[in-house]
Amino acid sequence: MTAIERESMEYDVVIVGGGPAGLSAAIRLKQLDPNMSVVVLDKGSEIGAHILSGAIIDPCALDVLLPKWRNMNAPISVPVQTDSFYVLGEKEQTRLPNWLMPPFMNNHGNYIVSLGNVCRWLAETAEALGVEIFPGMAASELVYGDSGEIRGVVAGEFGRNADGTPGENYEPGMIIAGKYVLIAEGARGSLSLQIMKRYGLSDGREPQKFGIGLKEIWEVNPAKHKPGTVVHTMGWPLGRNAGGGAFIYHLDNNQVCVGFVVHLSYENPYLDPYREFQRFKHHPLMAGLLEGGKRIAYGARAISEGGWQSIPKVVFPGGALLGCSAGLVNVPRIKGSHNAIYSGIHAAEAAYAAIRKGRSGDELRAYETALREGPIARDLRRVRNVKPLWEKYGLVGGIVLGGLDMWTASVTGAPLFGTLHHHKTDAAATGKAADFSPIAYPKPDGKLSFDRATNVAFSFTNHHEGQPCHLKLRNPDLPITVNLPVYAEPAQRYCPAGVYEIVEDAGKPRFQINFQNCVHCKTCDIKDPSQNIVWTPPQGGDGPNYPNM
Amino acid sequence: MKILVPVKRVVDYNVRIRVRPDGSGVDLANVKMSMNPFDEIAVEEAIRLKEKGVAAEVVVVSIGVAQAKDTLRTALAMGADRAILVTATDDVNVDLEPLSVAQILSKVVANEKPGLVIAGKQAIDNDMNATGQMLAALLGWGQGTFASALTVEDGSAVVTREVDGGLQTLRLKLPAVVTTDLRLNEPRYVALPNIMKAKKKPLEELSLDTLGVEVRPRLTVLKTVEPPQRQAGVKVGSVDELVSKLKNEAGVL
Repeated sequence: MTAIERESMEYDVVIVGGGPAGLSAAIRLKQLDPNMSVVVLDKGSEIGAHILSGAIIDPCALDVLLPKWRNMNAPISVPVQTDSFYVLGEKEQTRLPNWLMPPFMNNHGNYIVSLGNVCRWLAETAEALGVEIFPGMAASELVYGDSGEIRGVVAGEFGRNADGTPGENYEPGMIIAGKYVLIAEGARGSLSLQIMKRYGLSDGREPQKFGIGLKEIWEVNPAKHKPGTVVHTMGWPLGRNAGGGAFIYHLDNNQVCVGFVVHLSYENPYLDPYREFQRFKHHPLMAGLLEGGKRIAYGARAISEGGWQSIPKVVFPGGALLGCSAGLVNVPRIKGSHNAIYSGIHAAEAAYAAIRKGRSGDELRAYETALREGPIARDLRRVRNVKPLWEKYGLVGGIVLGGLDMWTASVTGAPLFGTLHHHKTDAAATGKAADFSPIAYPKPDGKLSFDRATNVAFSFTNHHEGQPCHLKLRNPDLPITVNLPVYAEPAQRYCPAGVYEIVEDAGKPRFQINFQNCVHCKTCDIKDPSQNIVWTPPQGGDGPNYPNM
Repeated sequence: MKILVPVKRVVDYNVRIRVRPDGSGVDLANVKMSMNPFDEIAVEEAIRLKEKGVAAEVVVVSIGVAQAKDTLRTALAMGADRAILVTATDDVNVDLEPLSVAQILSKVVANEKPGLVIAGKQAIDNDMNATGQMLAALLGWGQGTFASALTVEDGSAVVTREVDGGLQTLRLKLPAVVTTDLRLNEPRYVALPNIMKAKKKPLEELSLDTLGVEVRPRLTVLKTVEPPQRQAGVKVGSVDELVSKLKNEAGVL
């Protein structure tokens, strides 16, 4: 391919990803030095368009970043009022008493929010401080310096034809370079993966683990709406098939967020996270809440669940991994945005100090230290065994032992079991179809449950036609030669947007990729048992257009 | 020659719109907004005329809330030279009526004296399809609506119009108003370097008072309802069954 001429622009700090981590880093940099030039790039059509989270936030990190946030018109206005936890059977539920939970699991003082709206507000705050934010600009390539350090990214390339050649309206994009590049792409980011590989950042760490989170926003009957109500469930319908559970958060304006998380370590390749979610809504606990209501938005996103043991080295020459690019979710607390904000603060402080000393392009070791010894470490270290225990002993054993382990950590400061291993990647955990039976899922009723295609329309997803498919197959034959016979091609089921289909062509099966439907959740990149699918960003502005996810 | 292009900030075309529970209108909370697609075509056409050397300057104007500045910045990043925001309301739910918009635009035209106004044929939110026509009438200018091709030569505009029966070509004496249809062009991508440059382009803010226009609504929205849900289809086994169903159940044969 001939070299493409690109304009370039130099900043002090380049931030990839306009989520809580990236925006917090931008804000902190400008607080430390208003003259610092800071740019944030995001592939979503606007800030918040690709953010999907529960979300309950613990404001501890926001108190550090913006101590006056309560007077800043923040969309953080629904405090948690009641918090309950149920283990579900098919028709009944058992409530677990709150005193069983270690104190840090308590949601008192936390808020139910739309993380998308929180990010929009953080973006306004950052822009007022002079941060340049460019949504709709996908960072598609890394740019390296002479010593092999990361110098910047290529952003805003548009208009390639389906075969990859530049089309009539081709825009080459530009090189956005900086003294430091902070990568805040979220879980399983495409640039993060390249960086971790190139600099061996995951060497000697446990594999990263993931879950898929599916979410709908419902407008419910006002009589059933109680702002501040938090409900978590486990058990039915997943049972022994997979780890995971559901959340129900009553936001304001008669809106309720209904979410369902499935750990991607599940073995049965016939499991369909999307249909488990749809089935879940028919439980009496849910049906009573949702009947007469209206689903107004849908989306899905992978969640990093590896926790403390899986965090890679977070610095590399020229930059750092922030937020869920490093995997900072606290799994039992089902929260990560506070750690994302802390990581932004730490990385910004390290970058500022380095730039003041005239440094650039090297490792921000002070960030690594702050992450390993500061509030993020305190939050994640004590819960580090919950996920491995859950995987090993199933729901009940995991809750009992995980609870015991967390209580010990809470009281003595050290978990009972030391540090447990995750062992396998989620892809490797997938079992062979021959060892499992297909699962019979009920048909959606169109009132409480919906088919995949109908729901995807409520993610407001769009991809410009005629561009190259952004979901790349390392070997285009593998889906039919290996995945179909051995695993019954699970992509048809784990994809929450119906991107992957096996269709019959002249009596032969063919693997079809409907990339236009892709909601950018990254599950395919994680769960494909052959590790044959590579998620890359499509043109900027494409993908879901989430409202207040 | 100067070209004036009015642009409107509307609900993004990817968004599935939702009626407020009380039926008082469309719910705009948390909804992504962007430039009306027909206006994007109008901006593109004006920029192409400038690139051909036909126009000297492209001025974009938006009327409405302060947030419409984003829409104007997009037009500037596409290649317009200058922007004007007429702040007419601070309520995003207020949708100015076409006659009010045309009256405001006629004042802007009186100030700017463009040789050509290129507008979208309609906005995708209220689908009025009236502002361009009303503006031409207020100004006493010729109009070429639903344009699928446009050339400017010797003080006139040649407009190919998409009409019911096919295509109609008109020659209009300039100044004139042209409204765009879908096939006129395919708007360019907004390039990142141009977005950066657009931040430095002038954006003037005007109020209704300075323009001397009073906005008076003439229409009342009685109610807004969602379209009825489509009934589930059925698969038929044969042509005979289809014909019989059309005849006996649907009653259309």
